[in-house]
Amino acid sequence: MQLLNKAFVIAWKDILSETRAREIISSVLVFAVLVIVIFNFAFSGSQQEMRALAPGILWVTFSFAGVLSLNRSFIQEKEEGCLEGLMICPVSREAIYLGKMMSSLFFMLLIEAIVLPAFVLFFNVNVITLPIITLTLLATIGFVAVGTLFSALAVNTRAREMVLPILFFPIISPVIISAVSASELTLNGAPWSELASWVGIIAAFDVIFLTASYLIFGFIVEE
Amino acid sequence: MLLISAYKWIKKHILIIASALLMLVHLYMVFIFVPTDANQGIIQRIFYIHVPLAWIGFFAFFVTLIGGVMFLWKRDFKWDRLASASAEIGLIFISLMLLNGCIWAKPMWGVWWVWTARLTLSLVLWFIYAAYFIIRAYISEDGQRARFAAVVGIIGFLNVPLVFLAVQLWETQHQGYLIFEGGMVPEMTWTLMAGIVAYTVLYVLLLKDRLVLKNLENKLNQMKNFITGG
Repeated sequence: MQLLNKAFVIAWKDILSETRAREIISSVLVFAVLVIVIFNFAFSGSQQEMRALAPGILWVTFSFAGVLSLNRSFIQEKEEGCLEGLMICPVSREAIYLGKMMSSLFFMLLIEAIVLPAFVLFFNVNVITLPIITLTLLATIGFVAVGTLFSALAVNTRAREMVLPILFFPIISPVIISAVSASELTLNGAPWSELASWVGIIAAFDVIFLTASYLIFGFIVEE
Repeated sequence: MLLISAYKWIKKHILIIASALLMLVHLYMVFIFVPTDANQGIIQRIFYIHVPLAWIGFFAFFVTLIGGVMFLWKRDFKWDRLASASAEIGLIFISLMLLNGCIWAKPMWGVWWVWTARLTLSLVLWFIYAAYFIIRAYISEDGQRARFAAVVGIIGFLNVPLVFLAVQLWETQHQGYLIFEGGMVPEMTWTLMAGIVAYTVLYVLLLKDRLVLKNLENKLNQMKNFITGG
């Protein structure tokens, strides 16, 4: 319980500093809507065609937005020497991981909660359904589970922002494949039972990488 | 006297001799020994090179995983050298396997690339291990480079079964490509087995030589640091 409490304190610190500085949510949100607008120019088509393209556009938007906000997560800590401060605190590395993971999850979900209605508005495809919300929640957990680990890694390399997408996209490919395929099915009216195996892959990804990243995070922020 | 020195020479070069002989035997089997496949014709012979290449690619990344875990545990740089040497060879074999797949796909399906489960999985793996080397290049401190590379090696390999499940399911939902139909006659199995043995010996040879080179590089760096007082 102590661990979770400490993690919550770290997450709360991030949320508090975000409400003051407004660095992540506003810029990532504008970026996400921009991606949707650009896709609209790239694939302007009939209602029918847009319906077929919608799942792909939605998940590209989410993964781009994810990589952008995850990058900020540790750059902030690095810039002002905050990471050193955090490490001096009497908290374990695992608590730091959980805390950073939870704040990134919170920001991502908030962004997605605004992007989904915007998506409906622009494409006239109803993506605010229980299956899609469930998929979004599960996939986002997977994104931030590996994303937090890689964000801490990337910020310590010379190329910083470049490294995260190069690592992040291949690793989350099973989540993207599953989320796009399941969204496609549900938009075509498939019942839950047909989505089960896709949801299973995403859930397995979440469990495996939450555990692995939790155990491995200490090796990234050593010294 | 001559016999003893010949024996010593063979003992020293046993891997390269074995590898060369096995490769020749395998080539003979692929082009002459094995019968032509009834359905796919001559193109199917690429299969006997394709599968061993893929096998070494995956096996090499498994060795990278082991090297990474051992480095994080023991903190001995010899494990990092093993992990990175193996990843280098794995990346080359996976690249060859992807090119090889393209050459196979063109006469089979009329296009250079098909998104079959196995090719897609290999492509994702290729990207993960390309990232492995990009990260190594972007870190100058030795300990940090080894730690970060180990983390990427571990996470990357854990991902393999998940990517495989996803692409497999994706393939059945979209379109199925026929890889191989019907059973294999014994000659085909033998040729495939010979390929796997030949390529495994080649892998061990390359790994050993790469490690010798890496150890020398390491020694040289230590001497340099000693002389410059670093």
